[in-house]
Amino acid sequence: MIRVVLPTHLRTLAHIDGEVKLEVEGQVTQCSVLDALEARYPVLRGTIRDHVTEQRRPFVRFFACEQDLSHQPPDAPLPDAVATGVEPFLVVGAIAGG
Amino acid sequence: MSRVRVLVGTRKGAFILASDGKREKWNVSGPHFAGWETYHLKGSPADPNRLYASQTSGWFGQIIQRSSDGGKTWEAPGGGMTMVPGEMPRGESNKFVYDTTPETGKPLTTHQWYDGTQHPWEFKRVWHLEPSLTDPNTVYAGVEDAALFRSTDRGQTWQELAGLRGHGTGPKWQAGAGGMCLHTILIDPSNPARIYIAISAAGAFRTDDAGKTWKPINRGLKSQYIPDPNAEVGHCVHRIALHRSRPNVLFMQKHWDVMRSEDAGDSWHEVSGNLPTDFGFVIDVHAHEPETIYVVPIKSDSEHYPPEGKLRVYRSRTGGNEWQALTKGLPQRDCYVNVLRDAMAVDSLDSCGVYFGTTGGQVYASADAGDSWAPIVRDLPAVLSVEVQTLP
Repeated sequence: MIRVVLPTHLRTLAHIDGEVKLEVEGQVTQCSVLDALEARYPVLRGTIRDHVTEQRRPFVRFFACEQDLSHQPPDAPLPDAVATGVEPFLVVGAIAGG
Repeated sequence: MSRVRVLVGTRKGAFILASDGKREKWNVSGPHFAGWETYHLKGSPADPNRLYASQTSGWFGQIIQRSSDGGKTWEAPGGGMTMVPGEMPRGESNKFVYDTTPETGKPLTTHQWYDGTQHPWEFKRVWHLEPSLTDPNTVYAGVEDAALFRSTDRGQTWQELAGLRGHGTGPKWQAGAGGMCLHTILIDPSNPARIYIAISAAGAFRTDDAGKTWKPINRGLKSQYIPDPNAEVGHCVHRIALHRSRPNVLFMQKHWDVMRSEDAGDSWHEVSGNLPTDFGFVIDVHAHEPETIYVVPIKSDSEHYPPEGKLRVYRSRTGGNEWQALTKGLPQRDCYVNVLRDAMAVDSLDSCGVYFGTTGGQVYASADAGDSWAPIVRDLPAVLSVEVQTLP
């Protein structure tokens, strides 16, 4: 079970309270987690990564285990602690401009 | 008795202001989409309870919202699931993808960047939503980088009318200071196949075949800030307005200059007349008097506030040239707000109501065609857009 924490605006948009818990088949990566997230909450498609290129939006960051994973390849495995549900995968609105 | 509903888009959400026909007491609801920029929201003339809104964010991109109950509740219509064989379900959400297919004309890939080089078109946000005059399920979207999209399924999916970018001058378009936005969409009420649009900083364009082909309509515009002041494209048009009884007569607030066309935009002439400055953003037409028009002069393009710190609406009852300052109820000292391009509208009650919003968060209303004004609200976030619905 993967735990995902979304920023307030996206929780409001998708009518989510608290953490999201997702089942992810296969390797747990940014890409597979976001695929599962967008499948569960289609309204989030386009809000975290681009519709076409699937690149992370510039002011969105991915944190986990006190690391900034934003610049990791989308297909890179996420830390074991995220894959096993010990730690959440954090989607964060960048501080820039806020 | 008739009612009015004022739809206000702001930097931090949308607000709906409602009143009866007297327009004295107002009920304020909102913020809707709290914390998100709401560039524009507008109701369908064919079904006034059908509203569309553009909710946008520098962080999280573009969301289209739709209401079927006059703004009491909202839903994101693009949030449906799609299935691709062999793959897991995908959400479509609010997808604005530029059309680059050969069938619709290519290359549609670049426009002029600030440094003169060519730059790829990149979708940023929806500036303006224009519902069809007859079909509540059809709505047009003017977007940045400039393009026109249309949805025929209540805002769920969007297709570009690519003939606009593909007609030939697209590579010459370049962004104004506020971005290269398609901000004005006017549908001819007597001929739905005729649509006018305006882009900053490319100019005005018209289609006579429902969006398949387009032509620039900028002859007569003169802009000193571009290399050829009389160029076919490159003019920073801020807003266009028409009266439904005479859709060939257009009024334009350009970056500088207030302009008028008698021939559906084929030619323009200046009607700035005695305005204290002819820079500004908004322009609108009285609901019942097609020669009565309104502007809000702004000091200059580098000083986006009213001249002398006095907030004045100017009204012409002669279709331009002769202007009268309307000041009653408006601040006449120390006022340094701006009134942005989509932030003025009129209702169609017997005594025409005029409304505008400011970057200071005020929405002013006049129930007597501009003779006197009063704020409906004073302390909203900066106002980006104002639309009005006149309801039975």
